[in-house]
Amino acid sequence: MNNHKLHEQFKQSLIKEKRWVRFYQLLISIAFFSLWEIASRSKWIDQLIFSSPSKIYTLLVENVVDGTIFVHIGYTVFETVLGFIIGTLLGTILAAILWWSPFLSKVLDPYLVILNAMPKVALGPILIVAMGPGMNSIITMGAIISVIISTIVIYTSFKNVDGNYLKVMQTFNASRFQMFKEAILPASFPTIISTLKVNVGLSWVGVIVGEFLVSSKGLGYLIIYGFQVFNFNLVLMSLLIIAIFATIMYQLVELLEKRLIKSE
Amino acid sequence: MDFLTVTNVHHTYFSKEAATEALQNINLTINKGEFVSFIGPSGCGKTTLLSIIAGLFQPTSGTVKIENQAVYGNSDLSIGYMLQQDYLFPWKTIEENITLGLKLLKEDNQNFSKVTSDLLHDVGLPPIGEKYPRELSGGMRQRVALARTLAVDPKILLLDEPFSALDYQSKLKLEDLVANKLKEYGKTAVLVTHDLGEAIAMSDRIFLFSPRPGKLHQIFEVPEDLRQLTPFDVRSHSSYSPLFQIIWKELENLEQS
Repeated sequence: MNNHKLHEQFKQSLIKEKRWVRFYQLLISIAFFSLWEIASRSKWIDQLIFSSPSKIYTLLVENVVDGTIFVHIGYTVFETVLGFIIGTLLGTILAAILWWSPFLSKVLDPYLVILNAMPKVALGPILIVAMGPGMNSIITMGAIISVIISTIVIYTSFKNVDGNYLKVMQTFNASRFQMFKEAILPASFPTIISTLKVNVGLSWVGVIVGEFLVSSKGLGYLIIYGFQVFNFNLVLMSLLIIAIFATIMYQLVELLEKRLIKSE
Repeated sequence: MDFLTVTNVHHTYFSKEAATEALQNINLTINKGEFVSFIGPSGCGKTTLLSIIAGLFQPTSGTVKIENQAVYGNSDLSIGYMLQQDYLFPWKTIEENITLGLKLLKEDNQNFSKVTSDLLHDVGLPPIGEKYPRELSGGMRQRVALARTLAVDPKILLLDEPFSALDYQSKLKLEDLVANKLKEYGKTAVLVTHDLGEAIAMSDRIFLFSPRPGKLHQIFEVPEDLRQLTPFDVRSHSSYSPLFQIIWKELENLEQS
């Protein structure tokens, strides 16, 4: 036995393990959907409420063929992406302002806590009245739900950057802006990325609730409409689509993370 | 000629609980091209004094001047400051790290890759400008930190235990390198250290501080024949041990009182 052979064996065992992991992952989803289908057909569960995978699939195909679903997906995804970007960007900017002025951050501290604790979706009705029942208020919902928590988390990360990096900057007579640009901001990239990951989920919540309230277009509207006409096939189908697109967005953020944080 | 003068410096740290006097009535002068060390038990304010000399903050009272210019808030004065750890920015390449000072001081009319490769060569490193700090060993990183400090051609080098986090072999090598470079460039330097041997090996004069509050206790001259040698050779010279014993005893006395 030489090292090369052992290494090959080791690689083989890694591949083998990965295959088993994939196998069980697949098994779980197959088992879940089959059980659901069987339970529904054998009337163990109420078909009207819990639907069945085959019915959802048929509905999905119908909607894809006549193209109606794409309008709704388009609206919701657009609103979510925009809400998510605005929320994170605004959070970062606010955090930068707080870092800039320690006095201001002390003054605003209790207000941030209150705003963070408050359920932002409760602002929905006010937003809709103020901004009109359209896309603007929904995007605002998507942003507002993540902005305060982003501010708090990113500001904490700004504050926790090792003071010795700033000392190095200070000996080079760096201005406060230079310190922020060269040290504080890049040192906080990992934190900003992890807030992005959290914000993906939060923005979906904001946008779906917004669409519940506005009820004109989008996947959130389909859910509330399906609920009103008691069409749970539609509700579950929308839910499935949301799950798929939320996952895609999350994966994109992870891709961005790998690109941005080369040095870690 | 007096290059650096510290006059009547007092410094007190204020917190909610107490006002702690860190430095009391410090007066000292350092000549151009001289290498001095600050030693003393912990709490003697040697790092505080170094930070004040670096102009990182203002003392409660007193003045620090380099060539008759106040150091605090003086943007014309360039000071090199090396810390215990390298504090290279992990997201910047070695070249970006080394030229950071030049960029910040707006001296960016130079060819950065040339500057980098020259400095890397100077501190005994291969051309690794494209690499990231995490790819280097601790000793190499501290060499890069030295290159970053030298890049802006500082008037004075302030060294805050820059060798203490290294393994013994890297430490000895780097001591020799720093001593050589400083002599070559004719730079003035202040070293803060816990290591008495290192202080003797590298300095022309040693300032011993006593703690609580930090006061200048005694100044030791390192004999001329030791000053000529590299730090490594000083350690095996016959005059090294006697001086070590003398200062060691003083240190012991301070810690007991």
